[in-house]
Amino acid sequence: MTTFRLNGRDVTVDVPDDTPLLWVIRDEVGLTGTKFGCGIGMCGACTIHIGGRATRSCVTPVSAAEGADITTIEGVDPEGNHPVQQAWRDIQVPQCGYCQSGQIMQAISLLKDYPSPTDEEIDAVMAGSLCRCMTYIRIREAIKKAAANARGDSSNG
Amino acid sequence: MIKRIAAAIVGIGVAGGVGFLAYAWYPAIAPVAPPPPSSFTAAQIEHGRVLAAGGYCAECHTRTDGKRGIELAGDYKMDTPFGAIFSSNITPDPETGIGRWSEAAFKRAMRKGISRDGTQLFPAFPFDHFTHMTDQDIDDVYAFLMTRQPIHSVKRDNTVGFPFNIRLEQAGWKLLFLHEGPLKNDTTHDAEWNRGAYLAEGLSHCSACHTPRNAMGAEKSSAPYDGAPVDNWIAPPLNEHNPTPVVWTEDEFFKYLRFGSAPLHGSAAGPMSPVVHGGLSEMPESDVHAIAHYLAEIDHASSRVSQDPKAIAWAMSASMKDLVGPQTNPNARLYAGACAACHANAGPQPVEGRPDLALNNALWLDEPTNLFQVILRGIGTTEGISTVSMPSFYHSFSDADLARLAAYLRATRTTLPPWTDLEKKAAEVRKTLPASPVASSH
Repeated sequence: MTTFRLNGRDVTVDVPDDTPLLWVIRDEVGLTGTKFGCGIGMCGACTIHIGGRATRSCVTPVSAAEGADITTIEGVDPEGNHPVQQAWRDIQVPQCGYCQSGQIMQAISLLKDYPSPTDEEIDAVMAGSLCRCMTYIRIREAIKKAAANARGDSSNG
Repeated sequence: MIKRIAAAIVGIGVAGGVGFLAYAWYPAIAPVAPPPPSSFTAAQIEHGRVLAAGGYCAECHTRTDGKRGIELAGDYKMDTPFGAIFSSNITPDPETGIGRWSEAAFKRAMRKGISRDGTQLFPAFPFDHFTHMTDQDIDDVYAFLMTRQPIHSVKRDNTVGFPFNIRLEQAGWKLLFLHEGPLKNDTTHDAEWNRGAYLAEGLSHCSACHTPRNAMGAEKSSAPYDGAPVDNWIAPPLNEHNPTPVVWTEDEFFKYLRFGSAPLHGSAAGPMSPVVHGGLSEMPESDVHAIAHYLAEIDHASSRVSQDPKAIAWAMSASMKDLVGPQTNPNARLYAGACAACHANAGPQPVEGRPDLALNNALWLDEPTNLFQVILRGIGTTEGISTVSMPSFYHSFSDADLARLAAYLRATRTTLPPWTDLEKKAAEVRKTLPASPVASSH
């Protein structure tokens, strides 16, 4: 049995300790906003927050989340209006959209550590989040817009 | 004449042998009826609980291989160079535990390493440290243990082979290596240092893992806190030989020992996890400060700390290496894809919760053991910082991948010579995991 908080709700699951957290979130709890990409922690599609930090859920065993506070894309804002989500919509970032929940979770985490990120900081932190549609230019723009909005800055960064 | 000399030698030998036997022989201490819980005060039991946590009793007296055993019921398997030793049941069960041990018998075990029945105990039980505890503290630990639920549990037999299985030899070991009795107050140091010394050298027995051992399994007095391999990890040096670029200061030691992570060094993982989260977290904060204070004198932190800002600045520049712009180096790309999202820092200081590898213990040690352990196992919420996790890359990386990642990081995030035989060492570390911590996602 493993117990943790998921998007503010207590969750207890009875699955083997080595079950990937991604499977628990998608199949046991039924939140499918978090995506399966590569399955080896190399693409970022399954990124969630554990204790507020971006974590690849496909290679994290559920046992490693005991007692943790977990947030998925469904939990970042009740209306889907987190500043990063707003910037994502304003810039029209997604193309196919598959990687976007992971991208957004990683970007939120990036902005917590570096509220006004430089291109270098964006490259370093976002490099592990792959986009097969090559929307990288818009991802970078949306991150800067979200940062500018958070600063109360009207420019697009 | 020659006969006489021979006779004299034999005589001396016999006399020495008799003397040794007299020294080595201890009587059994009569069994007692298990003391009722009412014979201890609540305050004594509670203090004993805290001490038992700080001495990690349950870590070595609870079975962990196979089906997990009941706490303190023993049968924990310790692999030693002399064979496997299985710890004893220290619940108050009258038949299989210490239920019939008097307080005097318990104290003799803690001070001298002698079982109630008079047999010599192996120094896998760190009585060479517990001997330094005060009478009151030993009594309180006794009170705690004797008020636990008695568990009927027989341990497995030790596999220590001849001649090391002759327990009488332990008396010789003690003659050489046991410094019995409480530590003397060192008046050249303040009260906090003395408290730290009492805890680190006695109850919490830091050097049991952090000091290398000699051929007879005793801590080398010539190399205190020089670091040593333990349970397929490396217990790093705690003295000035610790190779990390930033000094382990009192503040860093405190954060590490109290919260599981030192921002400028890394997280408590592997065998160090329960030391922090099961042990020292139960101790009063002032005691953890005292241990940190004591250790920071052992590594002469105050005389070396002036170089730290330079080391941090260097680490911050190394941290961002190869992460900007297109990369053709496959090792750099592996790092950028798998690790940098959490581990890259732009500076001027590493962000909390973003452990910087250019400052990390695991990368600066003489061997890659701890680095491989952490990559393969990940770090759960019962380890390191208790609110966050690191995934397990057991299925993600082959041994060859681990080797090139380690070689790349050692070359770009340290100033030390390269590690050798990395693929072989990665395979060896992988073999020490009973199974992958995480099932394959595919």
